[in-house]
Amino acid sequence: MEWLNAVLQGILLGGLYALLAAGLSLMFGVMRIVNLAHGALAILAAYLGVVLSQNFGIPAFATLIVILPVMFGLGWVLQMTLLNKSLVRGGLAPILVTFGLAVVLIQLFQEIFSADFKSIQAGSIATNSIVINDQIAIGVFPLLTFVVGVAVIVALQLFLSRTRSGRAMRATSDDKDAAQLMGINNRRIYALATAIALTTVGLAGVFLGIRTQFNPTYGDVTLVFAFEAVIIGGLGSLWGTLVGGMVLGIAQTLGSQINPAYGILIGHLVFLAILVFRPTGLLPKAVNS
Amino acid sequence: MTLLKIDAIDVHYGDFQALYGMSLSLAEGETLAVIGANGAGKSTLMKSIAGLMIPTVGTVTFDGVDITKRPAHTRVSLGIALTPEGRRIFPSLSVEENLLVGAHVRRKGPWNLEKIYDAFPLVADRKDRLGLNLSGGEQQAVAIGRALMSNPRVILLDEVSLGLAPVVVQDIYEALPRIASQGTTVLVVEQDVNHALRVADRVQCLLEGRTVLEGSAGSLSREQIASAYFGI
Repeated sequence: MEWLNAVLQGILLGGLYALLAAGLSLMFGVMRIVNLAHGALAILAAYLGVVLSQNFGIPAFATLIVILPVMFGLGWVLQMTLLNKSLVRGGLAPILVTFGLAVVLIQLFQEIFSADFKSIQAGSIATNSIVINDQIAIGVFPLLTFVVGVAVIVALQLFLSRTRSGRAMRATSDDKDAAQLMGINNRRIYALATAIALTTVGLAGVFLGIRTQFNPTYGDVTLVFAFEAVIIGGLGSLWGTLVGGMVLGIAQTLGSQINPAYGILIGHLVFLAILVFRPTGLLPKAVNS
Repeated sequence: MTLLKIDAIDVHYGDFQALYGMSLSLAEGETLAVIGANGAGKSTLMKSIAGLMIPTVGTVTFDGVDITKRPAHTRVSLGIALTPEGRRIFPSLSVEENLLVGAHVRRKGPWNLEKIYDAFPLVADRKDRLGLNLSGGEQQAVAIGRALMSNPRVILLDEVSLGLAPVVVQDIYEALPRIASQGTTVLVVEQDVNHALRVADRVQCLLEGRTVLEGSAGSLSREQIASAYFGI
């Protein structure tokens, strides 16, 4: 029963990792950009959540009404200014730009918020749980995070497969020159992709900020887990990212079950095992251009 | 009425010059074939019209508007569609999705999914297949259908027959009069002179980046074309 509980908690944790990794997966899938500022941007959203809830008295979840549009806009501007310019200079340039952005953001967090740990206060929802029996209890907040994580992946998948912009995004990802010949402005498609990715990052950041204490460099840890989820699942595949998040989550909770100190380590080991035995990930994208 | 006018353009790839003072004029509703051997500059000419290459000298005018420096993606809504060399079908999209992407700019006109399926039964049969899993002939038919989905005023067909089985080429060329009958102006680029002569009203022959012969398809003799084509 303890093990079943560990698996269950692992699946829920996987929802958070999938939520954190969705934007990373989307940006890589559409533009082949490895966004090293992903974690720092999630922490930016978390700090925005702290400021809005503490200084303006907005309820924790209501801060999303402000934060999500801000992150969308930030993503659009970031892509239109820095990233589109760096993309034409080859594969390394965007990595360096996002790395630099992460450094700048982390220093700004230090300057403005100090190195102290902070979190977003969400009241009783953060600690309530549904008791199933004396060994298994499901936290309301982890369950909500899981549901939101799955919903984000499903929504992104539907957007890509069913809408005109989503189709244009996949076409651009396949062959950007041919897409231009269809009248698609690839710079705007990229801006839309980054804007959507940062919106999911905003959601992930606020959930992270409610769930845990964070400091300016907490994004680094977040980035590592998000990367592992993406790579375990298969690069460029959103369903893969969902599966990857769960595999990582279950590995970590089962590891903690063996010994509380081993959780993160076992997660990393599973990730390494996937890299060795199945380097394309569990659900690789069907087409590699 | 002149729909497309190219006036003395030079086009370079870095230090290499591909076109020298190239001019071309295309009347609305006519079918022009641009022929020439490998490396004559045919594809470069197409790319300059579609906006993938920008001339260093000279102008490209479409329907009276100077479009020489307009980015490629803005030319589709004006009514210019190119089926590029190598087809460039989107491999991870289904055939139907490829066609829908072709209609991205939502230009009004006679072509829609139904009409394309009607004109190319081969495409209709394969509509759920991924672009990745198409044969060369199927790709070419989809590429033409995809270009037509933008309801272009002029469609540029680059190397339609290249690498395809003769019977497939036959099928594709049989569909061309149907395209022209919708009022669409057609510009075909071909290495295969016979195909070009069969469908075109007028022929323009390129050699090493310059026009060496032009005239109506009926007025040119085989010998004239052969000597222009090979530069002898």
